Amino acid sequence: MIRIEALEFSYPDASLKLRVKSFQIATGEKLALIGPSGSGKTTLLNLVAGILLPQRGRIQCQDVEVSSLGDRQRRDFRIRSIGFVFQDFQLIEYLHVLDNILHPYRITGALRLTPQVRERARTLAAQMGMGDKLHRPVDRLSHGEQQRVAICRALLPSPALVLADEATGNLDPCNKGLILDLLFASVADQGATLLAVTHDHDLLPRFDRVVDIAEGQSRS
Amino acid sequence: MLDSFYVAWRYLAFHKARTATLVACVTLLAALPLALQVLLEASERQLRARAEATPLLLGAKGSALDLVMNALYFADAMPAPISMAAQDQVDASALALPIPLYVRFQARGFPIVGTTLDYFDFRGLEIARGRPLAMLGEALVGAEVAARLGLTPGDGLLSSPETVFDLAGVYPLKLRVVGVLAPSRSPDDRAVFVDVKTAWVVEGLVHGHADLGRRADDSVIIEQTEGNTIASAKLAQYTEITEANIASFHFHGDPAGYPLNAVIVVAQDAKSGTLLRGRYLNGESPHQLVLPGAVIDGLLADVFRIKRVLDAVIGVVGLATLLALALVFTLSVRLRQREIHTLFRIGCSRFTIARLLGAEMAIIATASAGLCGAALTAVHASSDELVRRLFFG
Repeated sequence: MIRIEALEFSYPDASLKLRVKSFQIATGEKLALIGPSGSGKTTLLNLVAGILLPQRGRIQCQDVEVSSLGDRQRRDFRIRSIGFVFQDFQLIEYLHVLDNILHPYRITGALRLTPQVRERARTLAAQMGMGDKLHRPVDRLSHGEQQRVAICRALLPSPALVLADEATGNLDPCNKGLILDLLFASVADQGATLLAVTHDHDLLPRFDRVVDIAEGQSRS
Repeated sequence: MLDSFYVAWRYLAFHKARTATLVACVTLLAALPLALQVLLEASERQLRARAEATPLLLGAKGSALDLVMNALYFADAMPAPISMAAQDQVDASALALPIPLYVRFQARGFPIVGTTLDYFDFRGLEIARGRPLAMLGEALVGAEVAARLGLTPGDGLLSSPETVFDLAGVYPLKLRVVGVLAPSRSPDDRAVFVDVKTAWVVEGLVHGHADLGRRADDSVIIEQTEGNTIASAKLAQYTEITEANIASFHFHGDPAGYPLNAVIVVAQDAKSGTLLRGRYLNGESPHQLVLPGAVIDGLLADVFRIKRVLDAVIGVVGLATLLALALVFTLSVRLRQREIHTLFRIGCSRFTIARLLGAEMAIIATASAGLCGAALTAVHASSDELVRRLFFG
């Protein structure tokens, strides 16, 4: 369960002022966040992830009030409870597929890289159709394959919440559906919640709920 | 921590060219001054040891450095010659033991050192194989000469002509190797020792030829007067001294006027040495009696002055290189902003990012230190040879 109440956030240069009176996402829900460019969709994801701190209001994720955590706690919370999937994949070019998937375990002390984790990474990659490309450099993969790797990386720590920022924005129509299917299936497998920013209205019917951030309206 | 090094290693391995350049820069930066230091220490050690073991050196007036370098290290620099009479003069003084040295010719790239048996006692040289010099035309070779040329007692070794275009000049003499010296880690290892008279044979001052009295062809004689015969080039000159022809070898002119490069003067005591030095302080004397240690001290003072200049230059170049490396690293970090931002969004702390960058620097530093160590080991191992090439030609 994610609960946002009386949230107010603005950048120092006042380029964006975001206000959210009340907003909730149920556990396991797949919610699409839409709205015009500059309306604050990515900012809201960053606030939920604890990357940004609101000036006012509360953000509660599971039983944790993210906005009240210190820097280190927020980082630990983020790496344990949140999986990020980006539009441009943001894979590490100098690591091969398996190392990219395992990367969150190598850059933080909050997660321990054990043989079980490695095995789970292989299984996850195999489920995403990447089982035979574990040691391939990521710059030799297609966009669709790179996004699959990015999804594996996001899901490996079994996060409670997956934040997808235009996760299908760089993919061709055929791959868009495929990747979204894989993302939905994996999220469902893990019992995680999905909050996805998208501009692609063709994909909206697949989500449980769609929220237009500009209008503050939601529809099922 | 190991994960940081793993990720850093993957980054560096991915950017091979950049990493190799960085490692090369850091290695050169560290190795250059250290290698220079190693070489200077080796040269100081070699130069001083030999100079301090040689009390006094008599030679023609002129460059004392050339005299010392030629007489002690058999360097190519040739001082003006002195005559055998200069040695006889020291001998007649009864104040010191004179050891003549004539270093002018070479055999297959190694200097031929004409001297007497006293030289081997004076330097403490021991014969590893064979026997000492006993006859004209014999040679004792240093350990390195024997190893490089594959010589053993009984082998022949041709002296090299000074110039192959000088048809009227010195003809090669086939020396007979009678012994190999034990290694002494000194220039003696790289020398071919002969009796000083043999050195004169190499020069042509002492020579042997077919008996004119048993000539088959009278055209060999160009002119014959009472007590003097001038023969043409048809007369067979011996190019090897054997027991059969040794009797035919003879001096032309007064041996007291035959050339030497230097005379090692082993004074009987400090007083004798001082007395002898006083004799050669006379401005009219064509000779000088030098203290090799003092000459080498002067040379080393110059070398270290140059080293200080080099140190300063290396320091400036090093600082510039370090600044360039810092710039490269800063630009590299700026180019990696997107990656760093991704890591940060995933949950990585600034400290971990700094640790990743630190691990990269540590790997580069370790690789450079390893290469630097290998380079220094190689320089150290070949320092004797390098110093010889640098200082003695």
